[in-house]
Amino acid sequence: MDTNQYLEVFIDESKEHLQSCSESLLELEKNPNDLAIVNDIFRNAHTLKGMSATMGFEDLADLTHKMENVLDAIRNEKIKVTPEILDVVFESVDHLEEMVNDIASGGDGKKDVSATVESLKKIELGEVLTRSITNNEVAATTNVEPAVLLEYDDFELTVIQQSQEQDFNTYEISVHLREDCLLKAARVYMVFELLEKLGDVIKSSPSVEKLEEEQFDNDFYIAFITKEPAEDIEKKLLKVSEVDRVIVQPVDFQVLNQAMLGTVETPQVEQAVVEQPQQQVAKKESVDAPAAKKTPAKNGGGHATSKTIRVNIERLDILMNLFEELVIDRGRLQSIASELNHSELNETVERMSRISGDLQNIILTMRMVPVETVFNRFPKMVRQLTRELNKKVNLEIIGAETELDRTVIDEIGDPLVHLIRNGLDHGVESPEVRRAKGKPEEGTIVLRAYHSGNHVFIELEDDGAGINREKVLSKAISKGVVTPEVAASMTDNQVNELILSSGFSTADVISDVSGRGVGLDVVKSTIESLGGNITIESTEGKGSLFSIQLPLTLSIISVMLVEIEKEIYAIPLSSIIETSIIRSSDIMNAHNQKVIDFRGKVVPLVFLDEIFEVPRNEAVDEEFHSVVIVRKGEKMAGLVVDSFIGQQEIVLKALGNYLTNVFAISGATILGNGKVALIVDCNALIK
Amino acid sequence: MMVNTLDVESLKVIVFQLADKEYAIPVSQVQGIEKTMHITRVPKTPRYVKGVINLRGVVTPIIDLRERFDLDISSDNESTRIIIISLDEMEVGFIVDAANDVMDIPKESIEPQPEVVGSLEEEFISGVAKVGKRLLILLHLDKVLNTLK
Repeated sequence: MDTNQYLEVFIDESKEHLQSCSESLLELEKNPNDLAIVNDIFRNAHTLKGMSATMGFEDLADLTHKMENVLDAIRNEKIKVTPEILDVVFESVDHLEEMVNDIASGGDGKKDVSATVESLKKIELGEVLTRSITNNEVAATTNVEPAVLLEYDDFELTVIQQSQEQDFNTYEISVHLREDCLLKAARVYMVFELLEKLGDVIKSSPSVEKLEEEQFDNDFYIAFITKEPAEDIEKKLLKVSEVDRVIVQPVDFQVLNQAMLGTVETPQVEQAVVEQPQQQVAKKESVDAPAAKKTPAKNGGGHATSKTIRVNIERLDILMNLFEELVIDRGRLQSIASELNHSELNETVERMSRISGDLQNIILTMRMVPVETVFNRFPKMVRQLTRELNKKVNLEIIGAETELDRTVIDEIGDPLVHLIRNGLDHGVESPEVRRAKGKPEEGTIVLRAYHSGNHVFIELEDDGAGINREKVLSKAISKGVVTPEVAASMTDNQVNELILSSGFSTADVISDVSGRGVGLDVVKSTIESLGGNITIESTEGKGSLFSIQLPLTLSIISVMLVEIEKEIYAIPLSSIIETSIIRSSDIMNAHNQKVIDFRGKVVPLVFLDEIFEVPRNEAVDEEFHSVVIVRKGEKMAGLVVDSFIGQQEIVLKALGNYLTNVFAISGATILGNGKVALIVDCNALIK
Repeated sequence: MMVNTLDVESLKVIVFQLADKEYAIPVSQVQGIEKTMHITRVPKTPRYVKGVINLRGVVTPIIDLRERFDLDISSDNESTRIIIISLDEMEVGFIVDAANDVMDIPKESIEPQPEVVGSLEEEFISGVAKVGKRLLILLHLDKVLNTLK
């Protein structure tokens, strides 16, 4: 059978299956007893096995088969899930990914995986790895511990301990709302408001977010620290409308601590069962469906499925180009229609303009992809690295649904990998150090994405050691990045940014993960090449925040069109502060540089007609000048033009491979009349 | 690139006119021939770079071959054409006085001898071909484009 035509589909689908395998595995690690997840992984693996065997990739099929055997044993409860087993399964998935990538780049997908296969076989035969037994016992003891309603992490336990030492009481409060309660979220809010007047809420189950979204039945649980007696709290809470029952029971730190020690390996199990009954039912139902489906319909572990089709990005580019031609013809049609002044023609042209405007929006949004596609490989990477580095780190991802242009998405992955690696290696300290500093052993790295105006921000925040000014400076001086004189006058932010300069690494011990001094400077240059920038905020001992600002899309920007003689130039709106008209008499001379006084600041003037050598038929000597005030960081400049045309959204185009590095021109665009206008690179004009 | 094309039995070329001479570019490197259109000047570029045009949505740089070869510049007229060529993922347009013909040049008629012409554009020429009474100058596109850098 000729399978070549299916190869692309095979690679895409394999990647998807492996991705959902990884996601499910991470899920399984949190809920080791949830067999529905195992079933999910099993189904993905099974489909993958079937596909790769059909396509003739024996090694791929073989390894998947071995992995499937282990999963099957877990599914049939022959073996218990342990971190050791999961390690091996993770390793297998990694190998599978490498094989698929090899196939994608034209290889045969062969790889020596005998060690992994050996481990898989051992697991399958039931050769229990040592640690697993103790874990099971511990897990068993937690299940028979009914006295504790909530589960606490280290941090919360510390809070409870400290407050007990200061004679605060800790209560676990269980609140039951009336069955016919209509505004559950409002009642929850009232309960919380009341409690916060009396003391501090440390935890709730379900989480506050879920409570606000009314994702609970009628009961919820709160851990609460206060000096008030239990009876008072109970009475006050019962005054809230529609609260049916309130049970306030005191908890003792010692009891909690013992209970929690056991649950370290299996946190959230109970919670997950309480919170997601529906999801579990759904998963169990889908298990009954035939494992190997022929259709590419996905059922990726609890994600909402939407109807999608795969479209090659090239086709979207072609569509975009064709559409631009249409826009140009539309412009011509409009001018013809206005000349002829025929009412029916005008109407039709107008309607066509509106439709093509809508079409443009759709085509542009089609190119937008959620950053999730980049973010979803990080949890696994962090898990692996933390094991290598013997650190405990929790990666939190916020705003994965934020959308970015496809071209930006393709480029942003590597810089983020560098930053996360850097954060894990240099940022978050080892558990021992953290404990000594009074921080929770488990560090937190938050990866956040959000839209703001015409930009997308991606932030990476850690609660690690932060940046040590002295250490960075002495390193920078010894590496010759800065001179001691300059160093003394640098602000903290400037010092922080030194770690992005090339040939810089402050790690005392050069590790496998980072510390080769390449990486962070690559991050900076990649981000800048995407038209974005990166800033670092850091407090020593508290952590660092890397903030990346990116343009929403590389293909569309807002500009101000200006005219110089007969030529039209576009100035990106993102660098414009304002426009103004100045008198010739207001122009002053300072060191052969013409300047103006703009709101109390001296701003140098740049005459664009001189810079761009615009051919003039006759010299102009006007009393008033149109000036666009632009900025680059703190610096400003006034660009003198003949006249302003107006603001417009334009499609950004490169000048082509032949004209690279044209001074002060960052690209071009095609105007409505079909002519090309050049885009001014303000950064090059400000010294 | 040009050397390879000499190996085939015959070479299909586009023949165009610059001043009083006829030049040829292999068809395989030609993307299309356009009538003149509005050219947007790009500042601070060499004199022979006339600017950029909008070629069906793609911004394409335009080189005036007459200026590139230091020939007399005749003003644009009805027969002036822009030949779009593609080389190493670069698309560039050449302004020529006229696009005359598409023809097959027999391999043996090509002589890699630029001395015959003996003018300033010598370095851009990969060979000459005699077809009937016509003398065609084969261009070395790499050189025509690369000297910018």
